[in-house]
Amino acid sequence: MSSESKTIFSPQLAARFDALVEKYPVRRSALIPMLLYAQDEVGYLSDAVIAEVARRIGITELDVRNVASYYSLLRFKPAGEYNIQVCTNICCMLRGGYEILERFREELGVDPKGVTADGLFSLEEVECIGACSWAPAIQVNYDFHDELKPDLVPGIIDGYRSKAKAKGKNKNA
Amino acid sequence: MPRLVSHPDEFKIVSRRFGQGAAQIDRYIELGGYESAKKCLAQGPEWIINEMKASNLRGRGGAGFSTGMKWSFVPKQSAKPKYVLVNGDESEPGTCKDHLIFLHDPHAVIEGTIIAGLAIGAKVGFIYLRGEYRYLLEIVEKAVADAYLKGFLGKKIFGTDTDFDVITQTGAGAYEVGEESALMESLEGKRGIPRIKPPFPAVVGLYGGPTIINNAETIATVPHIIAMGATAYSDVGTQRNGGTRLFCLSGHVEHPGVYELPMGYNLKKMIYEVGGGVAGGRKLKAVVPGGSSTPVLLPEEIENLGMDFDQVGKAGSMLGSGGVVVIDDQTCMVEFALRTIGFYQHESCGWCIPCREGTDWLKKSLTRFHAGFGTAADISNMQYLAENMLGRTFCPLGDAAAMPTIAFLKKFRKEFEDHLDGKPCPYAKEGVPQLTVV
Repeated sequence: MSSESKTIFSPQLAARFDALVEKYPVRRSALIPMLLYAQDEVGYLSDAVIAEVARRIGITELDVRNVASYYSLLRFKPAGEYNIQVCTNICCMLRGGYEILERFREELGVDPKGVTADGLFSLEEVECIGACSWAPAIQVNYDFHDELKPDLVPGIIDGYRSKAKAKGKNKNA
Repeated sequence: MPRLVSHPDEFKIVSRRFGQGAAQIDRYIELGGYESAKKCLAQGPEWIINEMKASNLRGRGGAGFSTGMKWSFVPKQSAKPKYVLVNGDESEPGTCKDHLIFLHDPHAVIEGTIIAGLAIGAKVGFIYLRGEYRYLLEIVEKAVADAYLKGFLGKKIFGTDTDFDVITQTGAGAYEVGEESALMESLEGKRGIPRIKPPFPAVVGLYGGPTIINNAETIATVPHIIAMGATAYSDVGTQRNGGTRLFCLSGHVEHPGVYELPMGYNLKKMIYEVGGGVAGGRKLKAVVPGGSSTPVLLPEEIENLGMDFDQVGKAGSMLGSGGVVVIDDQTCMVEFALRTIGFYQHESCGWCIPCREGTDWLKKSLTRFHAGFGTAADISNMQYLAENMLGRTFCPLGDAAAMPTIAFLKKFRKEFEDHLDGKPCPYAKEGVPQLTVV
């Protein structure tokens, strides 16, 4: 049972948060991981997420928003189920990062910061993701794909499409 | 999955266990793991700090400060708890070495954290990974849990009377948090803005307690130094630059990858022999020697350049974080400068005006320049802006944007002039999208 009587999170995440706030010398240190893990589950930092995280830590919602708005991985509106983050920083740029971005744009039919109509994919141009020696690289949610070529792009998209389909089947089963 | 590379010139210390399954604790122990921590428990803090000083290990995050000295600054007596903080926020473009350490040898980071804690008398260590490294955080968290099960962490570690805890933490996407005081702010659940110094973290750090902050590579090196001996480690490198370094070769090089080479290794050799030369047999135009904030070097400047903190400093650049970015002769340096500065503009935390406004103005000027609308006055304006950002900010992010800008303008002035007055970019390739606004 979570310490929160009215939690919007799954029982697993609620239990994880109960432990997380006790893990650090100061409760507030749990804030950033909590926001990130909440976003992983809910999809974005909704008003309800912010309210509950604020309550759990014991700070104001304004405090939470003030911190959350600083960090580029945290978002206030939904992304696609698979958020495709294409690095175009120098090392990726030198090895064709912009061509990779362009190919994703063509294949998905959305511009950076856009979400596909079915809500499955979103596209983002991002700064260095720490895969410089294996450039060009992207992250789909937290998964890395490196040493890319534009022709590998359709296969990556198809891979995630099948993954989503399989997940949908499991849900119905 | 990041590909591992190797070259006969490598001297493997930190990367010794890469690719050998050492993320599993039993395998790590089989490969000699946790022996250094036991030795340090027996020898005591003074001995550890003396070993670190004698090893000539210098901070691998970029500043190159002596690790032993840093540890010795922590007061012995402190009313507040002391902390060890491992900086795995690796975000400097060109740098991907900690990525491999966390993936292949997370226990080396944990063991190094324990040793650092013993040296300064801390009972808690934090390992902070950038938010993008989620899969690596899971590997590190598994390793930490395994170390607790073995009794290497927690109460009475290794059956002694010493307690030591390790807490992992994730960031959420902010380059600035790699700066030590901003990292402490972030770990305290705040916006990652830098603190004024002094007081230095060794005196007033995390939660107000004395804190040492070291780069993940620095910490992962510590157990190896204890195992092989400070003198043996120091002998591998050059004077005042002990040991080896993980160099991340990237960009237009035939065999990019992370190579562990002795400090002082010749840069030209690194590119042409270790890296197999410029990709496609093209000509070298420039090299960024230590991550995107370090001033660019020309081919003639790397002829006899040994890659250690002092030699690269003398050559007018910095060894930085070990990210060596190779640039061929087909690259537009104005575009490269724009992409470099676009990053710092995006990452400036906005706390100090010279950095917040300076990076923005630089990016705007470079964008206009690259689009062909630059004027001769823009070149001197950018120079003026960059020079006035230097040293005028709380943290080095302002310098990190200003220093490369000054070098680009000085060393590639002609390329800037080639973009003047509506001339199209001479390097534009058909069918390749041009960088416009980042």
